Amino acid sequence: MSAKQKIVVVGNGMVGHHFVDEMAKHEGYEITVLSAEDRLAYDRVHLSEYFSGKTADDLALTTPEHYNELGVKFFTDAKVTNINKAEKVVSTETGDKYPYDKLVLATGSYPFVPPIPGKEREHCLVYRTIDDLDAIQASANSGKVGVVVGGGLLGLEAANALKELGLQTHVVEFAPQLMGVQLDKDGGELLRNMIEGIGVQVHTQKATQEIIDGEDCVHRMVFADGTHLETDLILFSAGIRPYDNLARDFDLQIGERGGIVVNNECQTSDENIYAIGECALWNNFIYGLVAPGYTMAKVAADNIIGGEQQFTGADMSTKLKLMGMDVGSIGDAHARTAGAQSYTYFNEPDDVYKKIVVSADGKTLLGAVLVGDTSEYDSLLQYALNAIELPEKPDSLILPSAGEKPTLGVDALPESATICSCLNVTKGDIISAIDAGACDVAAVKSCTKATTGCGGCAALVKTVTDHELEKRGVEVSTDLCEHFAYSRVELFHIVKAEKIRNFDTLIEKHGCGIGCEICKPAVGSILSSVWNDYILKEDHLPLQDTNDTYLGNMQKDGTYSIVPRMPGGEVTPERLIVIGEVAKEYNLYTKVTGGQRIDLFGARIDQLPDIWEKLIAAGMETGHAYGKSLRTVKSCVGSTWCRYGVQDSMAMAIFLENRYKGLRSPHKIKFAVSGCTRECAEAQSKDIGVIATENGWNLYVSGNGGMKPRHGDLFATDLDDETLVKYIDRYLMFYVRTADRLTRTSVWLENLEGGLEYMQKVVIDDHLGVNAELENQMQAVVDTYQCEWKTTIEDPKQLKRFRQFVNSKAVDENIEFVTEREQIRPARGEEKRYKGVQIHTVDISEPEAETV
Amino acid sequence: MTIEKQWQTICHKDDLVKNSGVCALLANQEQIAIFQVKDEMYSVGNWDPIGKANVLYRGLIGDTKGDIYVASPLYKQRFVLNSGKCLDDDSVSIKAYDTRLQNDEVQVLV
Ligand code: SRM
Ligand SMILES: Cc1cc2nc3c(=O)[nH]c(=O)nc-3n(C[C@H](O)[C@H](O)[C@H](O)COP(=O)(O)OP(=O)(O)OC[C@H]3O[C@@H](n4cnc5c(N)ncnc54)[C@H](O)[C@@H]3O)c2cc1C
Ligand code: SF4
Ligand code: FES
Repeated sequence: MSAKQKIVVVGNGMVGHHFVDEMAKHEGYEITVLSAEDRLAYDRVHLSEYFSGKTADDLALTTPEHYNELGVKFFTDAKVTNINKAEKVVSTETGDKYPYDKLVLATGSYPFVPPIPGKEREHCLVYRTIDDLDAIQASANSGKVGVVVGGGLLGLEAANALKELGLQTHVVEFAPQLMGVQLDKDGGELLRNMIEGIGVQVHTQKATQEIIDGEDCVHRMVFADGTHLETDLILFSAGIRPYDNLARDFDLQIGERGGIVVNNECQTSDENIYAIGECALWNNFIYGLVAPGYTMAKVAADNIIGGEQQFTGADMSTKLKLMGMDVGSIGDAHARTAGAQSYTYFNEPDDVYKKIVVSADGKTLLGAVLVGDTSEYDSLLQYALNAIELPEKPDSLILPSAGEKPTLGVDALPESATICSCLNVTKGDIISAIDAGACDVAAVKSCTKATTGCGGCAALVKTVTDHELEKRGVEVSTDLCEHFAYSRVELFHIVKAEKIRNFDTLIEKHGCGIGCEICKPAVGSILSSVWNDYILKEDHLPLQDTNDTYLGNMQKDGTYSIVPRMPGGEVTPERLIVIGEVAKEYNLYTKVTGGQRIDLFGARIDQLPDIWEKLIAAGMETGHAYGKSLRTVKSCVGSTWCRYGVQDSMAMAIFLENRYKGLRSPHKIKFAVSGCTRECAEAQSKDIGVIATENGWNLYVSGNGGMKPRHGDLFATDLDDETLVKYIDRYLMFYVRTADRLTRTSVWLENLEGGLEYMQKVVIDDHLGVNAELENQMQAVVDTYQCEWKTTIEDPKQLKRFRQFVNSKAVDENIEFVTEREQIRPARGEEKRYKGVQIHTVDISEPEAETV
Repeated sequence: MTIEKQWQTICHKDDLVKNSGVCALLANQEQIAIFQVKDEMYSVGNWDPIGKANVLYRGLIGDTKGDIYVASPLYKQRFVLNSGKCLDDDSVSIKAYDTRLQNDEVQVLV
């Protein structure tokens, strides 16, 4: 067998890593990765999320284990400084040598810092790597004011980060407008107003001349027009420059303004050396986006194995959310094409600006600018990329819908239309996946990998898939899963009408197979809402998700968390002390949750019953933090203590929490009660929100925080206590009966035909004549409430389940903690002694064994 | 040399939980998950290679197209109980062991 071809990859950024993943699919190559950073590839695109809580581990695109599995050799802190093209060897700073048959340069780029005197001062930083972010964080801690130099895409992202770090933030831009590459003048102007509206100051047409000592802050930036600005931190984001130094030093062709010149195969002027990603100059152009880099990685890998793929350029359209503002730019945004004509829509009161640029004959879309509202971005992009003929009145595409707005049906898209631009998946790819047997969105995603990048294409992928399936006569089904040809609502009615009390009977009569992780918990929840049995009864136990089976939330290492109920957030000092004592005794990480109660983390399964026994003995009960059921009723102190309170919000919150605790529902339910309109309990973001008025209570419904926040709708005003409770009984029970699985009240209401008005008719006017029944059903649930933990610790048979091993008292060695800020936290991969499952040889001396 | 496989006695049949899983230690300290599905028994490795924790015995059991599987309680990937194959990710799999009942004792072939 011939020796493996040696592939050496310089740089392990996003593109270098993508290349490795592509290359490792093929046998017969020995891949070596040399990374100048001290870690392997991470997600630079989502770098800013580091400031909103993501860790370096979360951002990592790969791990040493993954590379080991792929058989890829890798070295970090290994900066390549020499290429010997004749001998085909590269060497690193430390003198280590690596021979190659093919060399791939994926060195990316670095931030450009303009040559301003003073730029070397302390607290003058850039925004590109995780290390940069650590430096920014440290610097921000000691300052009050921050300036970003550069008002492009990245600069504004950096400004947002500074703002979130609590700095008074300024953006200094040399050009007359923000985001000059993507936006036209009016779009840039509107963006500026919006950004200033949220407190970031924008200074355009400012050329910084020097940076000197400040009087009130660390620095003073002196501008060419004689003005100045004081700041503690300066972040340069004035563009990027390709890391092409290796090419410069070792005689590979580079562009006039930098960049390693490559051909359509991504080869440099030396045929054994490829360049991909942000260091590569193709057709005199450097792409500062990750998607084109991924395509280059694919092309280079394909060429190395003898394929013929070509890189032929990439689209630079962008849609993003900048500081909470929607901005989009497509194609020729500046109408530079000869004969181009444009249409604009400018709505100043609502901060919306839209422009489309169309060809001279008015038939095709050349470009677009969207600020403040990007809802038409997807369809405009498809018009532009696929040269789809525009409707007769192109402006109808961006005008606010005063009736029928022409929508672009997915049918109109050609097969070449890119649906997922991150992973370069076309409509044709989706069709091929379906032809090859994919019969739902999940299957299409797993075949094509669409949606696994930024995720922005998820809705479009679903529409295209469903549409194609429908065309093939596949009914896009509302079936719960392959075991039940019914929706959740239909199953609810069956369970109730036929008085079915367990899963086995239901699946025998109305389903097939043994069930799955979708239908089992869904039916478990229905049975609970209707009959309210103990959820761990023998029949019901196998239906529950692990959180319900062990009555705690499973954490990443397999331990559980413990959340005692604390109605309204009220707790006596005695109970608080017990919680503290228990946490101390079992060494649990202790935190106040976002739901006004206390969570204890890191309990092993075998410790759970003992811990709960102690909490219950002190008068506490389960908080159902694990269940699809009522979580918390947040409250403020209300009229009892607060000088503004107009009703006793505490008493109402406690009453409501005790009434609805334990109610199983399609998804979790959260409440809040505020004592006056100041709304300290944030009731309008809850499924059920109650706000005190002079005359009683205002009821809000179907609010949501979380992924897609929704303000609750005002349902009824000035209710007395009794009416309030009646309305909530009816509203919730109607939701429990009719919502799909895992649907919060917000999404349920939005999808409900007739929406809020319909629900008001049902609940207030008894339009369907079901109110008495709804109230009775709720009362039945309230009357059969039990603390599941109490029932569990009193039942020896249940207790038996709370052990890690049925044949040993040992504990799970994988559960390891380290100390951080004086408490435990799970050890991370690299901190652990336990490395997962090893392959052991068989111990033949084992006494009880017999040979087969 | 071929290493012959042996039956190891693990626990009593009453230690199992019907239509759910339990966990046990093999003689070599490896963790296994044992499931009782109706009247059949299955054993697989307890380590979730994706969630990287010893939790598979706490997953829900289901079937699809004739394969009986456990869905990881962490991130829901499904592993077929009699082969260890992962239905959602080709790049991982877990070990599967033959399992039998001898005088009410559960035995696993290792
Ligand atoms: C512990 C806590 C965070 C904290 O440290 O404060 C938390 C932790 C979890 N949240 Fe949360 N959420 C917590 C308050 C919230 C809040 C704030 C609130 O309730 O006021 C929200 C936004 C409000 C809302 O739900 O509308 C919130 C929105 C979510 C969501 C998104 C829901 C959505 O509709 O978009 C999820 C995911 C889901 O449920 O599918 C989630 C899911 C989770 C899970 C269950 C994720 C998981 O499966 O591991 C976390 C495990 C809980 C645990 O281990 O005990 N958590 N979560 C908070 C517990 C509150 C409590 O006392 O019960
Ligand atoms: C904050 C931020 C937000 C962004 N947002 C987006 C976005 O929303 N959408 C988008 O498409 N793009 C975005 N980008 C751009 C995107 O991150 C880049 O296009 C992408 O990372 C380029 O990948 P690359 O592998 O070519 O370069 P890099 O990711 O920069 O990787 C190059 C690696 O090579 C190493 N290296 C350099 N020289 C050597 C050497 N001599 N020896 C060894 N190693 C070397 C470098 O240290 C680096 O680790 C963003 C970038 C930043 C910084
Ligand atoms: S909501 Fe009103 S009553 Fe409650 S704490 Fe705030 S100001 Fe006081
Ligand atoms: S477009 Fe980013 S994942 Fe599909």
